[in-house]
Amino acid sequence: MITAERKPMEEIIGSVSPYRRILLVGCNECVTVCAAGGRKEVGLLASALKMHFAKEGNPVEIEEVTLERQCDPEYVEELLPRMDQADAVLSMACGCGAQEVARRYKEKPVFPAVNTRFMGASERQGVWAERCAGCGNCVLGITAGVCPIARCSKQLLNGPCGGSTSGKCEVDPDIDCAWQLIWDRLKALGMQERYEDNIPAKDWRTGRGGGPRRIVREDLAS
Amino acid sequence: MKTESTLEKILAAGHLAVTSECGPPRGALPNKVKEKAELLRGCVDGINVTDNQTAMVRMSSLAACIIIQNMGLNPILQMVSRDRNRLAMQSDIIGAYSHGVDTMLCLSGDHPRFGDHPMAANVHDIDSIQMVDMVRNMRDEGKFQGGEKIDGSPKMFIGAAANPFADPFELRVARLAKKVKAGVDFIQTQCIFNVDKFEKWMEGVRERGLHEKVAIMAGITPMKSVGMARYMKNKVPGMDVPDEVVQRMAGVPKEKQSEEGIKICVETIQRLKEVEGVRGFHIMAIEWEQKVPEIVERAGLLPRPVV
Ligand code: SF4
Ligand code: SF4
Repeated sequence: MITAERKPMEEIIGSVSPYRRILLVGCNECVTVCAAGGRKEVGLLASALKMHFAKEGNPVEIEEVTLERQCDPEYVEELLPRMDQADAVLSMACGCGAQEVARRYKEKPVFPAVNTRFMGASERQGVWAERCAGCGNCVLGITAGVCPIARCSKQLLNGPCGGSTSGKCEVDPDIDCAWQLIWDRLKALGMQERYEDNIPAKDWRTGRGGGPRRIVREDLAS
Repeated sequence: MKTESTLEKILAAGHLAVTSECGPPRGALPNKVKEKAELLRGCVDGINVTDNQTAMVRMSSLAACIIIQNMGLNPILQMVSRDRNRLAMQSDIIGAYSHGVDTMLCLSGDHPRFGDHPMAANVHDIDSIQMVDMVRNMRDEGKFQGGEKIDGSPKMFIGAAANPFADPFELRVARLAKKVKAGVDFIQTQCIFNVDKFEKWMEGVRERGLHEKVAIMAGITPMKSVGMARYMKNKVPGMDVPDEVVQRMAGVPKEKQSEEGIKICVETIQRLKEVEGVRGFHIMAIEWEQKVPEIVERAGLLPRPVV
């Protein structure tokens, strides 16, 4: 999923303070799962903002909505009846959702209330970690199911570097060394000999190197 | 001979080779480069010029290499994959070779987290093994990494690093084998303080016959004080300083510690000379270049052969 974290309160307050009627829009997908911008977080942020501005003697109206999927035009359309009443939109979805709202409602300023972080998975309750960098040409099949691009601090396709220590990355003892994980999995799979296949330089065109990416499915495109 | 590199010639003639390093200054001070390099004249076969070492901005390795080349010495261009994409690397490599620099070292580099620009983006377009492969292709096939022909290919003698002390130990020979497969000519190892472990690694290297395919130069660093020994033991990732070494340094009075450090380093060289497959020494005297001639002399590596 796409992970996000709420921005610091001061920054959110700073961005919406010129506006009195705010449409606060959450999303029911990834940001709900990582507890950053679902219905619950929308409620909490709305009360915090109302309280703050009321205390300042400058009350705001906040309309709360949580869409099924904020990156989907079909659901974003549902905001239409409420747009007239809003001076600005505060989005709690990932950057994709916030941009979809901005694209649809050209005349409304849209502010992000979260920082979109990475594509990751939940490691345990309350902890998420990066897993995929969306390189567009997945090599997990030759790296024993552990991504060296997203999970090695130096993005080494032929690691480990000389700093790997007791399973941890030289950059931070809280980071597992991706190449230690790859090696452990290769061993568990009895595929040690695969380690010595030199992985060639990557063609980054399928990733960000090729500029903004699109997928066109002729069979589905209308 | 693949190249005109002095280091290649020394190794091919069967001599124990000696290299050392020179970290360029953190400013536009060409005389600093000259002073440091001058200290090494006559006692080494090549001078590694570091590339933004420890992720701190310094004069570029290429520029400092040219200064050293013009002094009639043999610079070794270090290049890290952290700061440059493959376009920038290749243009610098042909640029360096155009100035007569014919030996280089391919590295991934320290992470910016450790330097003075922790906010910088990491490039890592290719890794060190892919860099070795790219440079070998440029030299032997006369082709850029993208496949087009090079008009005047750079004949680089290609080095890389190896750290026998990092984890997982069982991969350390295998990773060297990958570098050999990519076409590396010589290896400079991480500083060796744990000689037993290094010998164990060399055993694995010989078992696979890798010592016959690549010239392994043992990395040697003199310690100035017990403080430095402790720092390297505890703070530098991938460094293995055994307790005995720290204790030996701690066992002598402060004013004698630097001499003890030199002694340890000379003894290490003497011991490693006996290890089959060790083809030379890479002496990294960090901000202590003036001691290199003495170390080389006391280790019986002078005079340097003329090839
Ligand atoms: S190899 Fe590419 S697509 Fe596969 S997990 Fe890694 S970044 Fe994602
Ligand atoms: S320690 Fe492991 S994860 Fe960290 S940079 Fe080196 S190989 Fe990558």
